[in-house]
Amino acid sequence: MNKLPEPRQPEKLIDEKGLRIDGRRLDQLRPLKLEVGLLDKADGSAYIEQGKNKILVAVYGPREAHPKHIAMPERAVIRCRYHMAPFSVDERKSPAPSRREMELSKVIRESLEPVVLTDLYPRTTIDVFIEVLQSDGGSRCAGITAASLALADAGIPMKELVAACAVGKIQGKMALDLSDAEDKYGDADLPVALVPNMGLVTLLQMDGNLTTAEFEQGLSMAMEACKTIHTMQRETLKKKYATIKDTVEEREEPEIVA
Amino acid sequence: MVLVAEPKQVVAPGELLAEGDHLLGDNAYKIGTQIYSACIGILEIDGNRVFVVPLKGGYFPRAGDLVGGRIVDIGLSGWSVDIRAPYEAMLPASETPGPRGPRRRDLSSSFEVGDMVLAEVLDFDRTRDPLLTAKGPGLGKVSTGRVVEISAAKIPRLIGRKGSMISMLKQETRCQITVGQNGVVLVWGKSPEDERVAVEAIYMVEREAHTRGLTDRIREMISKSRIVEQVAGTQTA
Amino acid sequence: MSATPQLPPVAKLEQKTVVDLVTKGKRIDERGLESYRPIQIQVGLIEKANGSAQVFLGKSKVLAGIKVEIGEPFPDTPEEGVLTVNAELVPLASPSFEMGPPSEAAIELSRVVDRGIRESKAIDLKSLVIQKGKKVQVVYVDVYVLDHDGNLIDAASMAALAALANSKVAKMEVKGDEVIEKGGHHQLPLNNHPVAVTFAKIDKTIVVDPSLEEEQVMSARLTVTIDKNGHLCAMQKGGLYGFTPDELKKAVHLAVVKAAENRAKILAAAKG
Repeated sequence: MNKLPEPRQPEKLIDEKGLRIDGRRLDQLRPLKLEVGLLDKADGSAYIEQGKNKILVAVYGPREAHPKHIAMPERAVIRCRYHMAPFSVDERKSPAPSRREMELSKVIRESLEPVVLTDLYPRTTIDVFIEVLQSDGGSRCAGITAASLALADAGIPMKELVAACAVGKIQGKMALDLSDAEDKYGDADLPVALVPNMGLVTLLQMDGNLTTAEFEQGLSMAMEACKTIHTMQRETLKKKYATIKDTVEEREEPEIVA
Repeated sequence: MVLVAEPKQVVAPGELLAEGDHLLGDNAYKIGTQIYSACIGILEIDGNRVFVVPLKGGYFPRAGDLVGGRIVDIGLSGWSVDIRAPYEAMLPASETPGPRGPRRRDLSSSFEVGDMVLAEVLDFDRTRDPLLTAKGPGLGKVSTGRVVEISAAKIPRLIGRKGSMISMLKQETRCQITVGQNGVVLVWGKSPEDERVAVEAIYMVEREAHTRGLTDRIREMISKSRIVEQVAGTQTA
Repeated sequence: MSATPQLPPVAKLEQKTVVDLVTKGKRIDERGLESYRPIQIQVGLIEKANGSAQVFLGKSKVLAGIKVEIGEPFPDTPEEGVLTVNAELVPLASPSFEMGPPSEAAIELSRVVDRGIRESKAIDLKSLVIQKGKKVQVVYVDVYVLDHDGNLIDAASMAALAALANSKVAKMEVKGDEVIEKGGHHQLPLNNHPVAVTFAKIDKTIVVDPSLEEEQVMSARLTVTIDKNGHLCAMQKGGLYGFTPDELKKAVHLAVVKAAENRAKILAAAKG
């Protein structure tokens, strides 16, 4: 059943029982589903559903840089495109890239740069394409979570998977993983991406109004959520490639048949 | 030396493999004394060396590799070849069989764009594209047979321990099969049917590379196809 | 301006294999010359859209989303709503798709799918009028190619039709100067079900539903869109070569049969 747009402002973002519009507690993530290796042509791919967010990511590369002048002699160039489908939002969006999409493409790329071992592939490009099929708040974070999986699925060497999640302030309280309505009518939004084993934050943005104490609380909540998401990422990846029973064979010299 | 992850099991990027005094092998990296995986793959230990065999990923050229490549461009002194790697390879005219010197004026008389060529990687380093040679026994233009492209990561499984898998395939399908390290496999059979069965078997190895009993299942599949073929043959006879 | 496209170098040996097989009446994936690859259709995946559908045609994957919004009619058709079809060949779907404004292939895909819907009068544009000359419903059909393994036209055509059949629209009424939702919604009225059938010419043989390998080898391509009455509502020839009149006639007759088969699949999926 298709729902129709609900543009009206909700009366309350948090009710008397401390529950949010969708029934969640303040520190609760939306339902999360991850899938890996679902596209045929891409070198690596992943799909994420987080709440109503539905995002598909494809990775191509490392491949020869085209045009050649963008190549770097010592490392691979990472190219990232965050793009929303016209039907992904309440009011249809033109397919042409907006300034918001360009900014998000940049910060998402910068969240992944620290983990990809680009030194191993000089003069190539690694292309990350993020297509938001349906958007409901926190899509850049969901995109990063899926992009990490897609990079791993492509076999691109990386130090770690990057997990991302946003926190925000609604009705004066810090809340995890804001939906679109909560972001629109809330007081602050703070998306965070984390590299868990290095304890490194590789995406951090904020808009709205927060005290330093609120920021620290929010950051801590987001990092915990990122670790939870990271565990799911790893499980999804390993499950896809598991059932290893036979031993992996050594490299043998192949025969040449004339 | 403390192993944290289990050998021969799947590890993910960023997973802690071992702590202590180890040699770092392929696809692993160190922070202090801790060794982590850099890709999705299988953990292997060789003496003191910790490394990960990737389950995914394109072909990374190494000198000495046999590869199947497609001519994509003709230049002044040679050809550009797509060997399914992050880098396009170069096959210089001097590295192909045939007349040398001023008589060789027109490169397009040897290879054309679109041709498949069996070559060996002569040289490759960070600063230049892979260099190929087509001089040598069995190397050169491939004009007949079928081409199968599979993931380079599955080639070791296609060859098998001491060549056991590939020998079985050649025998059972009655085909000649040449395996390129870059995932390009060339098949020549006495009949299109034989070739088709061989192609099917190669894809099956790619799909089921890391499962138990694969060799037996493939043998079974091949003999079943044989029976179907015989039945079809007698019906049309 | 359209220029002969720089095609990726054709793999001669693989091309020869495809041609040899087709000449013997066989195809690389063991299909018959007149058979489609396996088709899977799912509807209603995008709740924010009025309707949506995802089609898997072999390994090709296409997603279509329908958005219905209030807008103004075109000045020369004040008593008609607006239908607009847009297809995107996003780089995610294939190593050969580049970023940037729509290519001529994307535009052709949009317009062929559009033609099928428009010429078959699948949507009665007059029924989309809310206030003559002032306010009408605008139906946006956005087709997203997610994985390119050949025959995107048929996959897109199926996805668009299934998405339209899946679409619900809010009931609107005019109150003074404003258009507001009356409450409740109804199915987008569909009066026809156009289905595209695409053929590829390989040497002297015509095959239905070319895979990517076959498209790379074909000399010409023909799309025939058939409506629910078995009538033609759109046709499009593509490629560097051509078809004989006999080939065209034969293709059209086969298209009527194949369109009916696929139409049944689409409508069955849209009910779910």
